[in-house]
Amino acid sequence: MSHERNRWLAAFAVTVYAFLFAPIVILIIFSFNDARRVFVWRGFTTEWYGRLFANDDLLDAVLVTFQVAAVAVVVSTVIGAALGLGLARLRGRGRAPAEMLLLLPIVTPEIVMGLSLLLFFLQLFDSTGSFGQLSIAHVTFCISYVAITVRARAAGMDPQLEEAARDLGDTALGALRHVTLPLIMPAVVAGALLAFALSFDDYVVTVFNSGIGTTTLPLYIYSAIKFGVSPEINAISTIIVAVVSLALLIAWRLGAFRGAARTPVAEPEAA
Amino acid sequence: MTSTAIDSPGAAGLRERAGDRLRNALLVLPGIGWLLLFFVVPLAFIVVISLGRRDELHRIVLDPLTLENYAQVFNPIFLPTIVQSLYLATATTVVSLAIGFPIAYWISRYGGHRKTLLLVLVMLPFWTSWLIRTYSWMIVLRDNGVVNQALQAVGLTQEPLILLYTDFSVILGMVYGFLPFTILPLFVSIDRLDPNLIAAARDLYADGRQAFLHVTLPLVRPGLIAAALLTFIPAMGDFVTPDILGGGQVTTIAKVIQERFLDGRDWPYGSALGFVLTILTLLGTLVALRTLRREVVGE
Repeated sequence: MSHERNRWLAAFAVTVYAFLFAPIVILIIFSFNDARRVFVWRGFTTEWYGRLFANDDLLDAVLVTFQVAAVAVVVSTVIGAALGLGLARLRGRGRAPAEMLLLLPIVTPEIVMGLSLLLFFLQLFDSTGSFGQLSIAHVTFCISYVAITVRARAAGMDPQLEEAARDLGDTALGALRHVTLPLIMPAVVAGALLAFALSFDDYVVTVFNSGIGTTTLPLYIYSAIKFGVSPEINAISTIIVAVVSLALLIAWRLGAFRGAARTPVAEPEAA
Repeated sequence: MTSTAIDSPGAAGLRERAGDRLRNALLVLPGIGWLLLFFVVPLAFIVVISLGRRDELHRIVLDPLTLENYAQVFNPIFLPTIVQSLYLATATTVVSLAIGFPIAYWISRYGGHRKTLLLVLVMLPFWTSWLIRTYSWMIVLRDNGVVNQALQAVGLTQEPLILLYTDFSVILGMVYGFLPFTILPLFVSIDRLDPNLIAAARDLYADGRQAFLHVTLPLVRPGLIAAALLTFIPAMGDFVTPDILGGGQVTTIAKVIQERFLDGRDWPYGSALGFVLTILTLLGTLVALRTLRREVVGE
């Protein structure tokens, strides 16, 4: 009897997994469909991909997206990795509030983070959006993810390794560079890839903080979607899914989501 | 729980070197500084500006401070919007729990050594562009979309069913988007459940339904509460799904915030709405995490 229930459950699970992936698969298939309006298979074509390269607005958006992502990845990885490593080592009173501050940006509704930064820059610099503002906004939502990923790995590290380096005469900074950094490197790279994936397709925070000339790919796609479905959007979406999935796949192999998945419940010690 | 001495083995004999403490502080400082400056301070801006008002030139006036915007939040005119947001988020939560529970149960009981892989597969779509995943449902649901073409090809319907730009499409899109948030806490809860307890109930002649109602359900209740909150909260704050899959028909709180900010430029009122949304979100998440934590720590 339990065997039969097992089978029903498995069938249900397969259906749900199909539900999770089917729309993306359909999107990819139709990006190669040789028909503009109809959603029936009319033959294979790469025409829509070819058209992307003739679209200057789109290519500009791609460039801006990569520029913002580059700043976001570099800055958030350096600051976030240091924060994650420091938090894994930090003892005493400062720790709990620091952990809290780290989790807050993940929990806060994205729309609120976006509009609060808009107000901040508007009031202080009279700016309603610029490349710098957008980059700062992206760094802000990436830091926590990098820090959590790195902290998970650093916390699992044997502290005696660093002790040994110190006993052998290395300085605090030297032990960090020669022992700790090489050990946490996979998590740092994983964190950087997560930051890239997050920055590359962010819409909500971006829409509040981008200015004239800083239209990113998600903004471009959003306004295109508002006009309706088109094979060109399918094509560019397929490329984005491919790029982001690749980044995530490598991040996962390097051990990214271990820390992220554990976070909501792994905090009891912090209290 | 754990004292400092226990979780750092080296600390027993070796006093923590002053250099180490300084180094850890220096490591943490830039990140904390950044988050304070670009996250906490801007949040404070929201609070202050929500107490202001807008003059004829759309400038923000903070003198005198007023609670007028908060009174506006609870203005009966907005009642339909709030009711619709609550309805959509509640429906999303109920459907997600109904789908998520069997999945979480299945992964926990039958996942074996592939548990991690199965969980990552659940999480994967969440990490892949929210916008594009929402858009992909347009292809599936529109009048000449995949579903309608299939239904007509099989002869089940003559006319296309109107699926897109309805409450149905918004709820579907949000269930699709937030299912990982439902499944993960449920999995944590179910995975900790001792199967022997159910076996014991069965030995004492409880049938499957009774064992589920009187043993399984009470034990996974914290997971259910956490899962419900962690699904409900982002559903309340989502404006991409209602905007794309609801078209002009569906108005939610988050959509009103976005419109006030980007089109209406009524920043004080948008700030008040945003602040209310933040407080509700943080409170809800706190309750969810406490519930889960209590279970994990076994308090």
